[in-house]
Order: sequence, then C-alpha cells, then structure tokens
Amino acid sequence: MSNRATATIHGWLLLLPAMACLALFTHWPAVASFIDSFMSTPRARRPARFVGLDNYEQMLADPIFWKAMANNLWFAAGTIPMSIALALLMAVWVNDRIAGRTLVRMAYFTPTILPMIAVANIWLFFFTPQYGLLEQIVGAFGGRSTNWLGSQDTALYAVTIVAIWKEAGFFMIFYLAALQAIPPSLGEAAAIEGASRWTFFRRVQFPLLMPTTLFVLINAVINAFRMVDHIFVMTRGGPDNATTLLLFYIYQVGFGFWDTAYAAALTCVLLALLALVAFVQYGWLERRTHYQ
Amino acid sequence: MDRREFLGGTAALAGSFAMAGPALAQSAELSFFYPVAVGGPITKLIDAYATGFEKENPTIKVKPIYAGTYQETIVKALTAHKSGTPPVLSVLLSTDMFTLIDEEAIVPFDPFIKTEDDKKWLSSFFPGFMENSQTGGKTWGIPFQRSTVVLYWNKELFKEAGLDPEKPPKTWAEQLEFAQKLTKRDAAGNTSQWGIQIPSSGFPYWLFQGLTTQAGAILANAAGDKTDFANPGVVEALQYWVDLAQKHKVHPPGIVEWGTTPRDFFEKKVAMMWTTTGNLTNVRANAKFPFGVAVLPAGKKPGSPTGGGNFYLSKKASPAEQEAAFKFVRWITTPERAAQWSADTGYVAVTPAAYETEAMKKYVADFPQALVARDQLPTAVAELSTHENQRVTKALNDGLQAALTGTKQPGPAMADAQAEAERILKSYR
Repeated sequence: MSNRATATIHGWLLLLPAMACLALFTHWPAVASFIDSFMSTPRARRPARFVGLDNYEQMLADPIFWKAMANNLWFAAGTIPMSIALALLMAVWVNDRIAGRTLVRMAYFTPTILPMIAVANIWLFFFTPQYGLLEQIVGAFGGRSTNWLGSQDTALYAVTIVAIWKEAGFFMIFYLAALQAIPPSLGEAAAIEGASRWTFFRRVQFPLLMPTTLFVLINAVINAFRMVDHIFVMTRGGPDNATTLLLFYIYQVGFGFWDTAYAAALTCVLLALLALVAFVQYGWLERRTHYQ
Repeated sequence: MDRREFLGGTAALAGSFAMAGPALAQSAELSFFYPVAVGGPITKLIDAYATGFEKENPTIKVKPIYAGTYQETIVKALTAHKSGTPPVLSVLLSTDMFTLIDEEAIVPFDPFIKTEDDKKWLSSFFPGFMENSQTGGKTWGIPFQRSTVVLYWNKELFKEAGLDPEKPPKTWAEQLEFAQKLTKRDAAGNTSQWGIQIPSSGFPYWLFQGLTTQAGAILANAAGDKTDFANPGVVEALQYWVDLAQKHKVHPPGIVEWGTTPRDFFEKKVAMMWTTTGNLTNVRANAKFPFGVAVLPAGKKPGSPTGGGNFYLSKKASPAEQEAAFKFVRWITTPERAAQWSADTGYVAVTPAAYETEAMKKYVADFPQALVARDQLPTAVAELSTHENQRVTKALNDGLQAALTGTKQPGPAMADAQAEAERILKSYR
C-alpha cells in the first residue's frame, strides 16, 4: 500500500469516532424526522403510513403554528440585536482600566453560569404583580401595577428580556477576548492623530471585531430558536399562546400530544429556517468580514 | 439478554428439571416510576415503603425511579414503552388514562381481582376518585396521591374587614360579597389587597372545573370522546370568573400564576385563594396568621374536580412482574398506610377507611383543616379527561386564557374551544 493511501486511511480512522457520533445523534435524527414528516403518527393499532404532504397542510391551517412562528420572529428580533449591543457595550466598558473591573466582569458573566431554569424562577418573582421587584420599583415612582407575565400585551416582552439578560454576559466574554487581542499601538496611533473615542471605536475597534460579531451573531440566531427553558417555568406558552415559541410548540406536540409525525414536520420547518439563516450568514456576511 | 428473558429462562430451566422451587421463578424486580423532581422528604417516604414491602415480601425487589414532574414521567414512561422496556408500575396523572389506553401501554387491574377480599379492596376507594380510574367497565388505575381544589381564607383579614373569621363564603353570591369587602384600594386606585384569587396559568381548566361543576355542567362524558365546553352552564361559570376581575375588580386582572398564588396569600396580597389540597402542608408551614380551609362555595350546587396521580400497570411487563406490582399496590393502599401517606404529604387519603385509623385521627385532631378535602369528595367530579387529553385540555385552556385576558368574550371563547375539541375527538367515536 502506498504512503498516500495509508495516510488517507489514517485520517479517516481518526475522524471516525467524531463522525459516528455526529451521524448517529445529529444527521440520522434529522433525516429520520424528515422521513417521518411524510408519514402518519403511528398509534397502537394503526402503524405509520405514507401520507404525503398532509402534515404540512395541517401546519398551514394551524393558527398556533403561525402564532408560534410570529412570536419567535419577534423574540429573535428582540434578543439578537439587544444582546449583541449590550454585550459590546459591556465589553468596551470593562476593557478599560476602571476600578473594580474584575468584579464588574464577574457580575456581568454571572447570568451565563446560572441554569436557565433557576434564572426563570428568579425572574418569575421579579415579574410577580404587587410585591415583585419590578412592581416595587415601578410603585416607588408611582406607576400603576402591571401583570407582566399574565397579560397578552407584555408577556412576550417579559420573556425576551430574560433571554437578553441571560445571553449578553456570555457574548461579552468573546468581545472582551477580541478587544484584548487588538494591538495597543493602534490605540496610541489614534490618540496621536487626535481621533475621538467614537471615531476610534467606529473606524478601528468595530471593524477588527467583525469576526467576533459574526460568530456571536450566529450563536445569537441559533439561541433565539433554541432557548425555551424559561417558557416552561414562566408562562408555559400562555396566556393563550402569547409566548409559545416554535421549539416549545414542537415539544408540546411531540411529547404532550404524542403527535410525533406532526412534530417531525414542525422540526423540519425549524431546521429549514436555521439552514437558511446559516446560509445567509456564511455565504454573504462572511465575505464582507475582515479577518486579520 | 434482558432481564425478562433471563427470568423466563430460569423458569424454563426450573420446569425442565422439575426441582427448583416456585419461589425462584416468582422472584421479580419491580421497577416503579414515581413523579418527583428532586430528592427530599417524599423520596425518603417512598424509599421507606419500598424497603418495608421488601421485608415482608423477600422474593420481590422494588426499585423506585424518581422521574421528574408528572409531564416528564409520562414522557419517560411512554418512550420506554415504545422502545420495549417500560417500568412495571408507574404513578401518572389520572387524566392520562385514555392516552395510556390508546397507546396500549397499560393493562386493567381486573384480571388480578380474584378473591372476595380483592373485590372488597377495589370497592373501598372513594367513588369520586374511581371516576377517573375506570372506563368501559374496567379499572385501569388505582388512586394513590389524589387531591382536590379547596378555598383557603385568611382569618385575620376577615376580621379586619368586619367579617366573621370563622365563616367562609358558602355561595357564589357570598364569595363575591366577601371579596368586595376584602379588596383594599388606595387613593390612586391601586389595589393593595385582592379579595380572591383563582390561579389561571398552566392548567386553568382544573380550577375552572370547580366553577363549571358548581354551575351544574359536566365538561366531558365518561367515554372521553365528547366534550361540552359550549354548554350555557360553562359559559356562565366563565362569565362569573371574568366578572370577578373585570367587572367587580376584586380578583387580579389577567393571568394569575399558579406557582406564586400561595406566596400571594402568605404576603396578605390576597384574602381568599383557590388551590389544591396538596398545598395544605405548605400553607400550614408558611402562613404567619390563622387560616381556614373550606369546601368551594356553591353555585347551583357545590362541587370540585379531583386531581392527582394513579397507579398504572405496564402491558409489556411479564405476568409475574404484574402480579408483584399488584401485590405492592394493594400493600401500599391499606388504610393505615394511606392515612400515614396523607398525614405526611397533605394528599387526600384514598379510602374512607383511612379516616377511621388511629394515625389519621391523631393527625386531624391536631389539624382539622385536613378533613375538608374528604368532606368535599361526595360532591367531587372526575377531572377533565378525554382521548388526546393534553390537546383537548389545551383547547380549553387557550379559550379560558383568551377570555381572562379580555381578547375574547366568554361565549365565543368557549364555542371556539368546543369546535377544536370536536375536531380532535371526532375520530374516536
């Protein structure tokens, strides 16, 4: 056997464990979901049979699916820019030499290490009407009492805020690392040129942070469709589906209603959506990103 | 080789040599799914029961598995059923009966009821609990940790409002009248204390069923294939609930969180609350004022739904395992143990006989509020349960929340819920 062939075999053998895990736990379930979405849900006396596009037709006629979709888009539109902007702001701030900066960094990072279920329970009491933290603050300024999680107008905002609070600290760490990698000579040069703080940020720091922004953006988009733990604790999708997100609805259909075929169809839509977003991000944004 | 094959093999071996005793063939391991999320007092109690049972029945090993919330437990049990090795015995919601039957995951208890003694045992439970455990003439579940909805009231706040602290409201009219007296508003129009609170997050249908029963309506038939959400009684019940908040302003507006309701009561933000008897021990430990527990006020009649968990037997277990599980169920539901369980946890004891035991008498002498649940049972009805249960109850929950948050009127909200339930259930008739 030639050297080249041996090397190839070696390479594949080294890849094999990771490939096997990926195929078994990621690729195969995705393919299986895709196949199942064209079948009926198997019941004890009625095995699954091919039903074509029935599940997708059901989806088009399902008002809760559309509601979940709309909710999710609003949730994404709220969490993605807000958490990234907040993370950048916090990173730039704690990057400077301010007193007690380690403490501040730690404080910002704390939400990330807490489990989402614990976070949701804490926020449940923040949002509690009458004696919750938010109510006490609003009350101190003479504002009116609001049932944040119990009203259809505010519930989605409330769960969005929790997600932003949870995520911003995590993204801050990436920005902080990237900021520290920017050579100090650039800052000195800008100072000599008399550039303002804002110009330095806009012309130097922000462009150099683009690779990080792209990475953070991808994570934020994925999380916007993946973070549903707090929904279980805070609202269970209510009031009247006002906070039902797509993944939460998939869980409900799959493991509450045991309608696995319909859940598979919903999963395919979610996958398609994420694939589209990834395609746009990698295909278009990456070409415009400047790597050092 | 899996455990069951091994047991079968042992039995075959014993048979072919015709010498090993039957004890060997009968020895069984009893896996038992129990819904509790984290360790704590309840898991210790269950562990103690398991050891106690093993001591009396050395051939049977009981293996409790703490599987999380009710919802997580049924997910695990049904997934295990579909993949082939489900737990022999599980405690799951009584309302999941139709789902479990439709998945062919459980067997009825009837084949195990052989002797007169067995029959007596089966008829010893409160009939209100059996409504959720039997269908089509068969018994599919045995009541274990059951509850019902009751009214808790703060005696101190009653006194402040000039009400008799020993007299809870007996009717809907009184409930409203008391709540009006108990609601406190400041000059700016902000409410500092609500008269009454009926939680509506997560599973509002359960508390709502108290109101519908009192209005004389029954939400679903016993076969679990037809609902009656658009019944005028149901709409009247919803109108009463909506009016408490929106018209009379004695009940917090919007959706009231189930989880924080006891806390609201402890903080004196609400004077009366509806919640489960399962909260008895919690309220007793945390309320820093004298409180009362009462049966729910009557509309046209008194009434409340039951709730909570039943024992179910897995269909895929071997006959020997099923027999062992049945033995354990009988053992743990004896009056003495049911009484002890009730005193330790606050759940309603499942048989009238349990209330005649020494342990129970001692408990209620010290804490008479525990008797209220029993007193309410004669008027209690089965918790709403149908085929595709979670899907049907979601239709009702969505309608209720829409009405309570003011996006739909009670009439149309219930008509929509009924139409959705009808669509789901049509194929089951």
